[in-house]
Amino acid sequence: METESLQLIAASNRWSALLPEIILGCFAVLILFVDLLLPRVRPHLSRLSIGVQVIAGILLVLGMQANGGREAAEALFGGLLAQSATGDWMRLFFLGSGIFVTHIGAVFLRKQSLAKVEFYHLVLIVTATFMVLVQSNHFLLLFVALEALTIGFYVLVAYKRDGRPSLEAGLKYLIMAAFSSGMLLFGIALLYGASSNPELPGVATSPLNFTELGSFIGTTSEYYNNSQNLLVLFGAALVLAGICFKIGVVPFQIWVPDVYQGAPTPVTAFLAVASKAAGFYLLYLLLTGPFAPLEHLTVPVLAVVAMATLLFGNLAALGQRNVKRVMGMSGVAHAGILLMGLLASLTVDWAIGAVLFYLVTYALASFGVFEVMAQVADQSDADQDLDHYDDLLKKQPYLGGVLLVSLGSLAGIPPLAGFVAKLLVFIAAFKAGLYWMVGIALIGVVISIYYYFGWMRAAVMRNPFIEKENAREIAAPALGARVAMGILVAATILLGFYQGLFVF
Amino acid sequence: MTTQLPIALLGGIGEFLTSAGHNQPVLNALLLMLAIVVPLVVALALAISGALSERAVKVCGAIGFLVPGLISLWLAAVYISAFPFGGYAFEMSADLGLLERFGIQLHLGLNGLALPFYVMAGLVGMAAGLYAIQSGVERLRLYLILLLVMQGGLMGVFSSIDVLFFYFFHEFALIPTFIMIALWGRTGRKAVAIEVTIYLTFGAMITLAGLIALYLFSGAEQFNMIAMREAIVEAPYQGTIFGLLLIGFGVLVSLFPFHTWAPRAYATAPAPAAMLHAGVLKKFGLYGLIQLAYPLLPQGAADWAPLLLWLALGNLLIIGFVTMSQRDLKLMLGNASVMHMGYAFLGLYAYSTVGIGAAIMMLFAHGLSVALLFLLADVVEKRGGTADFKELGGMGLRAPVLMGLFTAAMLASIGLPGFANFWGELGIFVALFASDTPWVLYLALIGIVISAVYGLRAVASVFFGEAKGEFKGGDITPAEKAPALLLLISLFVIGLWPKVVSDPVNESVNRSFKDAVPTVTASTDEPTLSE
Repeated sequence: METESLQLIAASNRWSALLPEIILGCFAVLILFVDLLLPRVRPHLSRLSIGVQVIAGILLVLGMQANGGREAAEALFGGLLAQSATGDWMRLFFLGSGIFVTHIGAVFLRKQSLAKVEFYHLVLIVTATFMVLVQSNHFLLLFVALEALTIGFYVLVAYKRDGRPSLEAGLKYLIMAAFSSGMLLFGIALLYGASSNPELPGVATSPLNFTELGSFIGTTSEYYNNSQNLLVLFGAALVLAGICFKIGVVPFQIWVPDVYQGAPTPVTAFLAVASKAAGFYLLYLLLTGPFAPLEHLTVPVLAVVAMATLLFGNLAALGQRNVKRVMGMSGVAHAGILLMGLLASLTVDWAIGAVLFYLVTYALASFGVFEVMAQVADQSDADQDLDHYDDLLKKQPYLGGVLLVSLGSLAGIPPLAGFVAKLLVFIAAFKAGLYWMVGIALIGVVISIYYYFGWMRAAVMRNPFIEKENAREIAAPALGARVAMGILVAATILLGFYQGLFVF
Repeated sequence: MTTQLPIALLGGIGEFLTSAGHNQPVLNALLLMLAIVVPLVVALALAISGALSERAVKVCGAIGFLVPGLISLWLAAVYISAFPFGGYAFEMSADLGLLERFGIQLHLGLNGLALPFYVMAGLVGMAAGLYAIQSGVERLRLYLILLLVMQGGLMGVFSSIDVLFFYFFHEFALIPTFIMIALWGRTGRKAVAIEVTIYLTFGAMITLAGLIALYLFSGAEQFNMIAMREAIVEAPYQGTIFGLLLIGFGVLVSLFPFHTWAPRAYATAPAPAAMLHAGVLKKFGLYGLIQLAYPLLPQGAADWAPLLLWLALGNLLIIGFVTMSQRDLKLMLGNASVMHMGYAFLGLYAYSTVGIGAAIMMLFAHGLSVALLFLLADVVEKRGGTADFKELGGMGLRAPVLMGLFTAAMLASIGLPGFANFWGELGIFVALFASDTPWVLYLALIGIVISAVYGLRAVASVFFGEAKGEFKGGDITPAEKAPALLLLISLFVIGLWPKVVSDPVNESVNRSFKDAVPTVTASTDEPTLSE
């Protein structure tokens, strides 16, 4: 390669644009040394980690302010990255998730006899990787980032080494995620092969770049229509399947219940919120970017997937007694609604705002529930039965209140944020003409009332069949946890009334 | 001289109210807002305040119920004196961020169609609140908090011009019902609570789908009742959207095949919740049909009319016979309240000014009378220890005042002249007779006979005959009597002076249904309600 083009690429390496990620990465290494060299700081590691993430968040917000005038996505690092306003929102979203996962992790680790610093280290690394992932504009970066965070999750899922369920979940996650990565990679290879074939029109010079791939797929000539090319179609389908695995939509949801149950509670929260959000954003990037000319394939397939997901998630959650499995299956159902919104966003331009708003409300409510779960759980983290929540409102009114508000938001009860989010997604889907899907989503909401209200009922009422001596003692949450939960609940209620912050 | 003074006084009050309406638009709009906010704020205050004496809790609760009630009466008086030409009065709106993009904002106001419902919500709320305060249940504070949230929601439902908030406030009022059934209900409360929750959520979701469809297909700029009234929905969609709204609202109002949740829910719910739900909240569905579906979707209404007729007759006759065979006072009242919805649907079916106006009148009267009956039935159950007809009897000698009130309430509910219900039913019958299918009138008249049978038999088996079972406590206490009298007197006053309700309703019905109505049968020569 000539030096000039290398210089050109080097000039686009604006490292300052990645400052928040770099801070997280460096601090992730640093925190290991802090733990080794400064034993006095050990009890405060979680606070330290949260503090650094907050600083990174402030820098990110400042950067967003500075880039406020940016209209289109800005390509950096020779087209590997592209930064856009929505992408920056997602980075902020992942920083927020990282903060709450760190906090839930602190609550969880206090009840366990496990190594502590490695948990915070991994959460920081994975958070930074998430933030890089959503900016990817190139399949190479996409795959590397996805693998990096999946490897982080292999360790995190199996983090509770002294418990069988966690190890089992780790193994299942390992096999399933490796399988999905394989599919993704195979798909990328097929796309690469097709788009660098000089026989085809519009052959791309950098075939894995999203923009170039998109223009290749969109090209037609007299004899060839690239968007009908079997290699392209098969490759795109495999890539989408690989991402659908990460999100956990039907038919790729099989790993969800076991892994969600076995993984430590903070990791379950991380999977449920951040991993799902990343998958959706990637899907959005791909569907509106390189795969935009493939609408004839993607839209009908994903429509069927979304409807199946909506029905399956809600029906499968009906029979669960373990609350982590309930969250897992209901998370599948929420993925269905998000997928519906995503499909709507292909035709209705404001719909992506509704999807992001839905993600935020889902994250707030889920973290609220997971915070309570971390408080209620005892040393055996995987065994969290509905009966443990018996009469929670009377035993610990604060925890009970947080649980009710969060579950209410997940169920979509007005005036909480979850209702407005569902409403916006439904309006978007309606506008996009997805009537059948809206119908199934509405049925799904009705079904979901059963399991969410069952959980709420357990928290509100006393079950006379649980004997007094078996009833679980639940400690009052510490001040920090109260503040964290207070923020989540306040945001959930506030966003139900006022959504002015979310004008995309 | 002596006769001049009251007339002059009345005139003076009228002038005062007129000037209050015209000169204080901001004050009145604020009052509309306060009627929603005060109960919610009191509920919040009760929820977060620490230890309070029981007396303080009761006083707070009373304030929370009396303020919206009095505001509703004041606004009704001002509306009637100052706005003879209808339209929306006391409008106010507030911007709420993102939703503004979709034409959604908090927008409150009252028109002649909403006014009777609004006043009903205020009156029944006052009665239910006063009854709840003295009921001496466990966890009184939580009880009052939930009722106050419900009351706030109810005041919001009927004063919302914005369609989303109309729905939103309904859900707001609905949630406490579920919790109250689950916590303070009679036997089988857990199963009933979850059944009602799922069934009503189902109805609410269909309604929501219908409302969104209405909004999107009407192409209205704003998601509110004023803007949508200007818009026109294309013909092929009218039928579908009307169907969604009819079934969705129908579930919420307990239209015939979708009514199964209602009787057990009302029988199981604690009395104040049953009063507010059966009396007021349930009317949300019919109010929605009258305010939105019928004026906006005349073609859809015409398409669905034949089916609606049979469903309404199902309500009236099938549920009527079911009601006759009930053996439990509260279950009987629950069924009766489902049955009476049949009249209102028949009024809508007739689709004339008289029919729709009379349906509103009937709903207003039914709201008050069914709340009154649930209140008195609860008193009966407390005294006798059961609501089973077989174990009750001869209570009349031991509680003569209770008997008097109960009999009067039952007669009002049957439709005795002199009470408000009479005017509603009469108007519906007139409208049916004037419609294309006058034979329906004869079937509808059977309903009167049915209500007379079960109503009088209930009175007979509870209060007459040989004294049976235990009897705790004396006659109805003054604290229980006050809310009952409030409702009964209101029914009586409207019964003697129906013009108060019918004039604004007439005006608004004529205005709303002026355009785009293909099948209006009544003309101005028809007798109007006020005659």
